[in-house]
Amino acid sequence: MTGSMLEVRDLRIHFQTDDGLVRAVDGISFTLDRGRTLGIVGESGSGKSVTSLGIMGLHHGTKAEITGEIRLDGEDLVNASQARVQELRGSKMAMIFQDPLSSLHPYYTVGDQIIEAYRVHNKVSKQAARQHAIDLLNRVGIPQPATRVNDYPHQFSGGMRQRAMIAMALSCDPELLIADEPTTALDVTVQAQILDLISDLQEEYGSAVIIITHDLGVVAELADDVLVMYAGRSAEYGTAEDIFDRPGHPYTWGLLGSMPRLSAARTERLIPIKGTPPSLINVPPGCPFHPRCGYTALTSGKSSTEVPELREVALGHLVACHLSAGQQRQIWAEQIKVKL
Amino acid sequence: MILFIIRRLVTTVFLLILVSMITFAIFFLVPRLAGQTAYQLAAQYVGRNPIPSEIKAVEVKLGLNDPLYLQYGRYLKGIVFGVHYSNGTDVSYCPFPCFGYSFRNQQPVWPQLISDAPVTLSLAIGAAVLWLTGGVAIGVLSALRRGTFFDRFSMGIALAGVSLPVFFTGLISLELFSYKWPIFPNVHYVAITSNPLLWARNLVLPWVTLAFLYAALYARLTRAGMLETMGEDYIRTARAKGLPERRVVVKHGLRAALTPIVTIFGLDLGLLLGGAILTETTFSLPGLGQFTILAIQNQDLPEILGVVMLASFFIVIANMIVDILYAVIDPRVRF
Repeated sequence: MTGSMLEVRDLRIHFQTDDGLVRAVDGISFTLDRGRTLGIVGESGSGKSVTSLGIMGLHHGTKAEITGEIRLDGEDLVNASQARVQELRGSKMAMIFQDPLSSLHPYYTVGDQIIEAYRVHNKVSKQAARQHAIDLLNRVGIPQPATRVNDYPHQFSGGMRQRAMIAMALSCDPELLIADEPTTALDVTVQAQILDLISDLQEEYGSAVIIITHDLGVVAELADDVLVMYAGRSAEYGTAEDIFDRPGHPYTWGLLGSMPRLSAARTERLIPIKGTPPSLINVPPGCPFHPRCGYTALTSGKSSTEVPELREVALGHLVACHLSAGQQRQIWAEQIKVKL
Repeated sequence: MILFIIRRLVTTVFLLILVSMITFAIFFLVPRLAGQTAYQLAAQYVGRNPIPSEIKAVEVKLGLNDPLYLQYGRYLKGIVFGVHYSNGTDVSYCPFPCFGYSFRNQQPVWPQLISDAPVTLSLAIGAAVLWLTGGVAIGVLSALRRGTFFDRFSMGIALAGVSLPVFFTGLISLELFSYKWPIFPNVHYVAITSNPLLWARNLVLPWVTLAFLYAALYARLTRAGMLETMGEDYIRTARAKGLPERRVVVKHGLRAALTPIVTIFGLDLGLLLGGAILTETTFSLPGLGQFTILAIQNQDLPEILGVVMLASFFIVIANMIVDILYAVIDPRVRF
């Protein structure tokens, strides 16, 4: 698997706090190639955003302790100088954030903010940058971009703001685009438009995309590969087909079960996952998911004592569970799939 | 926007009229209710050992026997247009803006106010520049180095600055830097027009003293504002663009944190007379502050009235400018 554009290996991001060591990300590995989309899924506090900020080098200046490897085209980012990461940030890798209103500066026009992003990395005249900004706004579907470029973020609607954010992220043709919950703050109708836009742009620019979300619907729409995170660790990692058609981890089953489906009859209730995500300071011993898992009895007590390793249950499909691959397949087919 | 400014100007005028009414009533209505006669009031204008006929002449000339609303009307007219005072034989014209005559030397108040204003303006503007730049710079650095020795040290100094009165810090600075180590010896006011260098050198201590009081407050305000804005999402966006940290701090962080500072700055400039009184007295600067102190000591009502009107004029105007500036600084504010 060497030679991938982005390689993350055994990434750990810990924060020392007054209450103890927060293991926000605890040993995450994945790879991503150009033109592919990786979906990172998990509940709030599972370490999705911390991972993405770690890749962007945005933990600098905080008390984060980062170990492991993040390689972008072979270049190690964890130990790179801050100046080098800053150079890559915005040019080779760019990011879209969750809430476009608070992520755009309220005192500068949308155009100025895009121009700024472009001119940090490209030595061009203001006029050229401005034309570039107008082109980008046009490309992301803002009507009358030549006049809207002078608007302030508060004069844009929610969907347009996110489009503007995307335009800003794309200003330097990034090869890696990280979208951290890009549609969470938007209306449902706008969500679909933004997702379409992201996937169109990806085809056009051929960039690699990481989409971070708690919404499996978004993942189903966009992702080629999926990483399911739980309590800062990988629970399951595979292609989208692996995750949706033959998931092996009880947590993934739970996520699928709690996703509303139009095809389901109105009388059927969603199946929520019991309990709440664990504190990242006191992660439960053994499998972090075991207090919420309904299948611990099948593991002969290992689930509460031993941390499950990521095992390959099929080619490229990794599951961190004590259940054997056979048990996983059987339970999925007989107990879970039929209820969905 | 234009409409807003016009509306604000109109309310400003009303506010000033209200202020003048209230102060006029305090100074001229209350004594009259307490039993002071026009003759006694007129006696104040004549100086020591007056002859009764002189007093009577002044009483008639200034119309002190007229009903109070007429006197107030005449006062307002004097401010706006200038006014003629006459008792038939003796006519004098008090040109616009006329704030009446001083008890002390029987001269019009306004020229005296104006002649003292440059001193106070020199003091105020210099100190304001110092405290604004110094306070904001210290506040930003403290916020960025939160929890470090620098942060604690400068915030400790800031606490001292807010707590120590000007006459204390002023005297200490005079003792140290004018007498013990005469870096700034013989502090006295020199007009900027006669010798700019000496003007600046002599004002350094008063500037620093006055600025110390305010800089402390501004440092704390800036620090709090920066801590808040640097945690905003748009700062993360700015970093994600790959901007150098300096640009992130100044262009994105400070820009947003400055809004409340500008508000306070405008109001403080308007209110500065209070700080100036103490500083001018401490350093014997012949400005409006000293003028005020003298006027109060002499119970020179027309002079006090003039100072109050001038001060309230500045405060009201400063308020208006702040309101207008707000719309310029924050594009989300529209009128």
